[in-house]
Parts: sequence; structure tokens; C-alpha cells
Amino acid sequence: MSAFPLLSIITFLPLVGVLGILLVRGDQEHLSRNVRNVALLTTTFTFLLSLALWFGFDPAHQGFQFEERVQWLPAYNIGYHMGVDGISVLFVLLSTLLSVICIVASWNTVKERAKEYMIAFLVLETMMVGMFCALDFVLFYIFFEGVLIPMFLIIGVWGGPRRVYAAFKFFLFTLAGSLLMLLALLAMYLSAGTMDIPTLMTHHFPAAMQTWLWLALFASFAVKVPMWPLHTWLPDAHVEAPTAGSVILAGVLLKMGAYGFLRFSLPMLPLASADFAPLVFGLSVVAVIYASLVALAQEDMKKLIAYSSVAHMGFVTAGIFSGTIQGIEGALVQSLSHGIVSGALFLGVGVVYDRLHTREIARYGGLSTTMPRYALVFMVFLLGSVGLPGTSGFVGEFLIMSGVFRVNTWVALLLGTGIILGAAYMLYLYWRVFMGKAVREDARLMPDLSAREIGMFVPLVAIVLWMGVAPDSFLDFMRVSVHDLVTNYQAALAAR
Amino acid sequence: MLAVTTVFLPLLTAALVGLLSRSFSDRVASVVTCSGLGLSALCSWLLFFQIVPAGEGFVLPLMTWASSGALAFDWALRIDTLSVVMLTTVTTISFLVHVYSVGYMAKDRSVPRFMAYLSLFTFFMLMLVTADNLIQLFFGWEGVGLSSYLLIGFWFERPSANAAAVKAFLVNRVGDLFFLMGIFCIFWHFGSVQFATIFEVAPSIAHHTVHFLWTDWNVMTLACVLLFLGAMGKSAQIGLHTWLPDAMEGPTPVSALIHAATMVTAGVFLVARMSPLFTLSDTAMTMVTVVGAATAFFAATVACTQTDIKRVIAYSTCSQLGYMFFALGVGAFGAGIFHLMTHAFFKALLFLGAGSVIHAMSDEQDMRKMGGIWKLIPLTYAMMWIGSLALMGIWPFAGYFSKDTIIEAAYAASGWHSDVAFYAAIVVATLTAFYSTRLIALTFHGAPRADERVMDHVHESPRVMTLPLVLLAVGAVLAGVLGYNSFVGDGRFAFWAGSIVGTPGDVTDLAHHVPLLVKLAPLVCSLFGVLAGVVFYVWKPCLPGRVAGAFPLAYRFLLNKWYFDEVYNAVFIRPAFAIGRLFWKTGDRAVIDGLGPDGLSRITSGAASVFSRIQNGLVSRYAFVMIFGLTGVVTWLLMTAFR
Repeated sequence: MSAFPLLSIITFLPLVGVLGILLVRGDQEHLSRNVRNVALLTTTFTFLLSLALWFGFDPAHQGFQFEERVQWLPAYNIGYHMGVDGISVLFVLLSTLLSVICIVASWNTVKERAKEYMIAFLVLETMMVGMFCALDFVLFYIFFEGVLIPMFLIIGVWGGPRRVYAAFKFFLFTLAGSLLMLLALLAMYLSAGTMDIPTLMTHHFPAAMQTWLWLALFASFAVKVPMWPLHTWLPDAHVEAPTAGSVILAGVLLKMGAYGFLRFSLPMLPLASADFAPLVFGLSVVAVIYASLVALAQEDMKKLIAYSSVAHMGFVTAGIFSGTIQGIEGALVQSLSHGIVSGALFLGVGVVYDRLHTREIARYGGLSTTMPRYALVFMVFLLGSVGLPGTSGFVGEFLIMSGVFRVNTWVALLLGTGIILGAAYMLYLYWRVFMGKAVREDARLMPDLSAREIGMFVPLVAIVLWMGVAPDSFLDFMRVSVHDLVTNYQAALAAR
Repeated sequence: MLAVTTVFLPLLTAALVGLLSRSFSDRVASVVTCSGLGLSALCSWLLFFQIVPAGEGFVLPLMTWASSGALAFDWALRIDTLSVVMLTTVTTISFLVHVYSVGYMAKDRSVPRFMAYLSLFTFFMLMLVTADNLIQLFFGWEGVGLSSYLLIGFWFERPSANAAAVKAFLVNRVGDLFFLMGIFCIFWHFGSVQFATIFEVAPSIAHHTVHFLWTDWNVMTLACVLLFLGAMGKSAQIGLHTWLPDAMEGPTPVSALIHAATMVTAGVFLVARMSPLFTLSDTAMTMVTVVGAATAFFAATVACTQTDIKRVIAYSTCSQLGYMFFALGVGAFGAGIFHLMTHAFFKALLFLGAGSVIHAMSDEQDMRKMGGIWKLIPLTYAMMWIGSLALMGIWPFAGYFSKDTIIEAAYAASGWHSDVAFYAAIVVATLTAFYSTRLIALTFHGAPRADERVMDHVHESPRVMTLPLVLLAVGAVLAGVLGYNSFVGDGRFAFWAGSIVGTPGDVTDLAHHVPLLVKLAPLVCSLFGVLAGVVFYVWKPCLPGRVAGAFPLAYRFLLNKWYFDEVYNAVFIRPAFAIGRLFWKTGDRAVIDGLGPDGLSRITSGAASVFSRIQNGLVSRYAFVMIFGLTGVVTWLLMTAFR
């Protein structure tokens, strides 16, 4: 038990920022400037505080750390229980980091209702961080659902022309899954008599019940990931969302599904997980190939990257259900890497969108001549996306495929076609946007990256390369937790 | 320290020049990269003379990379004879290419970027050859793929350059996928990705059977076949060769670097590095031999009909790589690497010589628009002859020593595959001499076919370009004589010191004792090829047209490079785009959305209009119905399942 409630402070600090924003008064000009400053200050401070997790986390410790436990509904055995382990700790850092970057990315672009926008983002941060820290299923559920509301507003209010359709589609897909999760939650409570996640992980659910629970949870997580064929909300949501919304969506929200599989499905429902692994493999392979091919045909930059997210997350789900150490660690690395890389790619699209107000690929061309810094930065993220060794993407995909190879060579080979197709659609995009000659005069006159934009990209470039060259500094966090997870999983299967 | 300098200096200069390209003048950028590479080459030679006489190498650990469960790999430099041979070859050729580029690219707008890419390219190749595990090798492997993409597409305003660059990367990635599968196979069945451990474990599990895809395989065969499929991509073997001829869309120095030292040789190196595994699988060795022989033949036939000077040389590379592979395939690993080394010199010479010709002809590459210029650029002419003679394998040029050993080894080896390779090699030797002669005749001799404006400007290249040519020519003449004893002769065991497989009495030894007829055959065939070339293109220039006219189908088949590109376009590229659009419009929009949310929405709104005239609030209703329905279904399922 940690005496200092670090996790709660990180989680709820953004809400303090919200209070601060609500106190800001003044005319339009002053208001939006002060609001931005408060938001930046809050997220930065939250991020710095979360770095204490990076330095204070003991990688050799089994189980959860930084735990906090407060009685909440003692009569129902439901508590306020927070804590992180090797699986969740880096996601917390990812969320706090991307939150800072999102505020910076929205600096000049959000002019309408800046106050409400910043409030939505800060609430979103609380929900995301809380979701990764929650160790009580009810608490988790509240955060998990809570994420939906600010995201729905960000897309629906500050989005593009078809924002309402996209927002509702996003909301309905995810809500449908969530309700099934609520049912699963109730069923698990009735069976285990507690909502405490560490306790649930040691509870043995009957095999028949596992099947139904697994399916109910699967519906919820698969929508979030998103897995084929539940992915169609994602391209619409991305296209309509403002840049920062896309960054959080791709960077953190998609990981909630993967995290759910690792926190609930695999440890609590091992038998069903093993039974349904072939289904997950099948859907993952279809996601990788299908989404890659669709990405190849896209004419809208954001849609292309959205479909590439579906493909990359296909790797993650396959890795998780391989039930091997390599597969799961790879899935975690791939999740983090994809969070950074695709977040950065959406920021990259935002850069040119802010200048030309179109996402149509054909309107660009020849940007490497006029925007060389931008071309270089985009190239680094492209390489991360195609999984070139030396970048973060390689480590994730490589570990996943090696784990999957152990279990099923067909799946590994078919997933592997994703690395060919991934290179195809990304290089084709780069060709059309950065190579050749500028199609129109206005595309040729766009200025290169500003200091603010460079400041936003440099840390992301550094992380992509760091994670590629020395991934051990990230893998070290996961080792013990993943090892325990896999050991328990295999033991449960062996006991059958 | 020498090793670290050799490998990382090019990276340092590349990063320096690349990132600060706008604060450097062209001259400073050139000086920095050239001296970096020069120093790197110097260090590699010092390393060579430190390692080889001592007869043992070392592994220099750098830092940890990643470990996950039992899978662990670190950054390290493995220095043994095989890697220092590659190091010296790569750095020397690359240094000369760097220097040559200073002259060749003088008028280009982005010299610093070009020089940075060249150094980066070299760095990745050096990482590849010094890898001490498969993952680091793969790092270099993909890295050269990336650099080749950047360099081939260097003139990115040209659509053809972009297409060629993307093609190079993607075709390579197809090979890389199998390489990855090979790595996984080795990791799970050998328990490690470190070379030392793999080689140690190999004999004890040589007879294990493993399941892969649809059937059971011998573990060695599976691992080697998968790795070789990867090697086929990088080394442009038949089927995965299509990127190589297109790669000449890059500036000529790039072609020289790709074809001679830094990329296509990677596959040959991989097979040589993994020779302890390959020798344990007859199936894999047979495959290597047959694919090598087939490529050698296929590429040579195509080279005879091409009209672009660089394309002829490009197919010749493809063909020579075939030689290297079947040398490895029949077990003459030393001979394969020997040919890799000599070929690096004369192929770089030929490409840079061709660059000098193109430079002189005001950027003309079509040999049909050349001719009659040998007196105007005599030095380049002489250099091209030296390169060609070395390529044909005429004594005493470098190619003679390496190529003859390969052909003799193919004869001496037993098995049907080595017979195939031997006869293919003889035919290919003839074709090689023929197309080399054709190239020289068309380019330099006969009546000038360029217009007057071009002819007026024909001039010898500046010294910064000719000096590298002369140095390469020295290599193309001497590399064979000097290397023979160590690479394949009596000194080979002391020289290789176990870095590649070789035993007394093996095929390399047998190759020295083949009948005189076999020894002479390649030479005779080459001379015949030269003669044919002279007849066709000097004495009777009307003959080629007549032959082409007499066999139109065969001619078009060769001219269109056996239609590989056309088939691939029809089978892979166009369908990929078509299926992508189909999945998008039909799959996502019509089926998933149409039956899912949009369909529900339609039903809801339909129902709403039936039940009430009020038309607002449709979405909430559709949400309600959908959620209500789902909730009901799952509740029912949960209830019935547990009661």
C-alpha cells in the first residue's frame, strides 16, 4: 500500500484543471489564451507526475504497485481500488504524454468554444488514466464508459462536416459493446461475489460460464480495438474528428480493447480464451489483410491511416491470444508503438490540413522539396508504421509474429503479408504526398514545420527510435507481469 | 575500436550531413562523407590484416537490444574472416563510389542529401555483414532496403524513379517476409538467434522434423529454404529479380553501389554465413543451385536484347549473382564469396564506366543512340574493356579466377543439380561474352548515331571520376590473382579459419583436378561469344535485325524480360487495388454498414414512420432499439446458460 495516492492524483489532477478553466474569465481573446495555458499547464504537470511511475515502478515486483484501496460500497464488496502492473503502467504514461501533445496540437486550430474543448480533453484524460489504473471492475466500467462521453463531444462538436453521423456511429458501436460488458460484469459479480480485479483473476469461473462471459466481453473490447468487422466506425470517426481527437482515438482509445483482453479475458477466462483463440486469429488475419488492401485504395489521408490502425491492431489481438510471452509482450510494445506512431501520423496529417484544409491526397505532391523537415519527420513515422528494424514498430510486430509462429505458422505467415501490404500503402501515400511535383500552387507555398510543431514531433521521433534501438527499457517493465500472466494461463489450460 | 570506427563512421557522417544538409555547402558535405568513408575503408583494411593472419576473429558486444522470454538479441559486431572480407570490399568500393559521385553529381541540386544517403546505405551494409545474430543481420538487411528506396527514388520528381523505388522496397519485402519466417523457425527450433549457438546446435537436431503450414519438414531444410527465399529477394534471383533492372532509375553511382557491393551481395553473404546449416540440407542446397543456375541463364538471355546500357549491365549482375549462388549450392562457399569480391570490382567499374559514357553523351543511356565515340573518350573505353574482360572471365583478369573455379566446382560436384548448373554456366559464359562485346561495340564503335549537338559535347570525365575508375580497374585486374590462393587455393583453410564451411577433399579441392577440357571450356566458350558479338555488331550489323525478324516471338519474349513485370502487374498489383476498392465500397459500406448501423437506422426510421408521424429523434430511437435488442438477447443467453 502506497501512503501517497499517486495514481489518484494523476487521475484526478486534470479535473482540477477543469475547475481552473471554469474560473477563467475575460473577453474572447483572453479567455481562449488563458484556457489553453491552464490546460497545457495541467497536462504537463500530470505528465511530469506520471513520470514518477516510470522511475518508481519496481519491475521485479509481482502483482500490482502504487495500490490504493478505499472502502466504497462495503456491503456489496465494491471498493475504490487503484494500482498498476507491468501491463498497465506504460499505458498510463502514454495517455499523459499524448494528452500534452494534443493540447499543443490544438493550440491555434480550435477557435470555437475553446473553453469547452479543453474541458472535454481534460475530462478525457482523467477517464483514460483512471481506466488503466482501476482495479475494481465497477470503477473500471465507469471510467471505460466515461471515456465515451468527452470523445463523443469532441467528434460531434469540433469535428468535420459529417461529424454528427460519425459521432453517433462511434457512440453506438461502443455503447453496444459496453452494455454487453455490463451484463458480463453483473454475471461475474453474482458468481464471484466481488468486483475486485485481482481477486477475480484468481477466481475460477465454470467453463460454460466462461464462454458466455468471454463473448460478452469480447464484443465490448473488439469494438474498441477495433476488430474486423466491427471496425467501420473508426474511419468515419477519424476523418471527422479534429486532429487531437484522432490522436487520442488512435493513440489511447484503441488500446483500451487490447488492455481489456489482457486484464480480463486472458487471466479471468483462460479456458474460453484458448477455445476462442482460433476465432481471434481468423479475425485478426482478416483485419490485417482486408484493412491493408482497403488502405491501399484510399484517397483521403486520414482514412488511410485509420485503416492502417485496423491492420496494426490486428497484429495486437493475434499476439495477445497466442498466449506466448513473445506474443503478449509484442502486443504491448506494438500497442505503445502504434499509440505513438499513428498518433504522430495523425498529427502529421493535421500539419498539412491546417495549411490547406483538405485531406485529399491528390491535392498534395512534391512536399519534400518545399517542406523538407516535415518530409523527414513523416518518413520516420512511416518507417515506424511499416516496422523497419530500429524503430518501435519492428519490435512489436517481430515479437508478435514470433509468438504466433509458435502456435500457428499459417497465422504468422498471413499476418506477415501485412508487413508487405503495410509498406505498400504507406510508401504509396508518401509517393503521392511528398514525391513528384506539387499539383497546385497553394500546396507548393505551404511553410515548413513551425517551432511549435517541431517541439511536438521531436519527443515522438525520439521515442520511436528509442523503442526501436533499446526496447529493453520498455520490455523490462512488462516482464514479470507478462510472465505471471502466461504462467497462470498455461496452468489453467493444463488443469483442464 | 577499429571495428566500431569502420562500421559507425559512415553513420556518423551520414547523420551529420543529412540532418544539417542546408548548413553545409556541397563541397563540405562531399569532403565530410568521402573522408568518413575513406577512414572507414582504411580501418577495415587494418582490421583485415589484424584478423586474417591471426586466424581468429572476435565478437564485440555493443549494447543490449531486446529480450522477451527465451528470445534475446543484442547489438554486437562479429569480426571474422568472412565479415572482414565483406567489410573491406564494401568500404573500398563504397569509398570509390563516393569520390566518383563528387564529380558525377556536381551539378545536382541536393548533393549533401545524396552523399548522406550513400553513407547511410554503406552503414546498413556494414551492420549486415558484421551481425552476430540473425536479427541484427535483418536490421542491416531492411536498412539497405530503405536506403536503396531513398537512392533509387533520389530524383523524386520523376514518376519512374518513384515507381522503381517503391518496387525495390516491396519486392524486397516479399523476400523479407520469408526471411522473418526463417528467423522464427530457427529461434523456436534451435533455441537461439545467435550464430554461435545456432551453429553449435545444428548438427544435433539435423534430423528433427517440424510442422510448417500444411506439412512436416526437416528442420534444416525448412530453415534454409526460408532464409534462401529471403536471399532471393535481396539478391534479385529469378522471380524476385524484377526490382533490380528498374533500380537504375537512381543516379549511376547508386547502381554501382547496389550492384557491386552494398545490396545484392547480401543474399550471397547470408547463405555463406549460414553455410553450417545449408550443408546439412541437401534439399536446400539443390534449391540454391537450381535457382542460381536458372537466374544466371535467364538474366543472360535478357541482357542480350536490351538497348539501355545500364539495363544490360543490370541483367549481367543478376546473371553473375546466379553464378555465386550455384557456387554456394554445390558447396564451394569460398568460390562464391571469391566471385562476390572480384565481381564487386569489375561491376562497379562497368557501372561507373557506363556512368562516364552517359556523362559524356549528355545523359543519353540508349545504346542505339551511341557509337563511334571510342576515340573521344579513350580512358573510359579502356576501362570498359577491362571491366568486360574481367566479366567474361578472360585470363588474367579477376573474373577468370573466380568464375572458372565456380564452373569447375559445378563440374566436380555430384548430383543432377550440379550438372544442370555446369551446363548452364557454360552457356551463360558464352552469352556473357556475347552481350559484353555487343555492349562495347554498340556503345563505342561503328558510325556515330547521336545527333551532332551531343557528339560535339562528348568529353572525357573529370579526374575525380576517372581516378576511381582506374583504381577499380586495378582491382578488376589483380583481385583474382591475389585472392586465388587464399579464397579457394591451398591457403583457404588458414584464410577462412572456419568462418565458412570447408573441408579437405571437398568440392573446392576436387575443382582443381577436373579434366583439361572442362578447364578450357569456359574460355573457349567466351572466345566464341566474343567472336559472335564481333560478327553481329561489328562485321555484319544487319544480322541482329534479321535474327530478330526470323524469330519474332523469341525476340519479344527476351526484349520484354520474359514478361515477369506484366504477369506480376496482372496477378498482384492491379488485383490488390481492385480488391481494396471492392472491400472498401462493397465490404465496408454496403455489407457491414448496410446491414449493421445504417441498416438498423433505416429499419428504425421505417418503423418510426409507421408507428408515428413524428419524424424527429430518429437516431435515439435506433439506438434504443438496437441496445434494447442486444440487451435482451444476451440477458436471455446468460439466464439460460446458468440456470
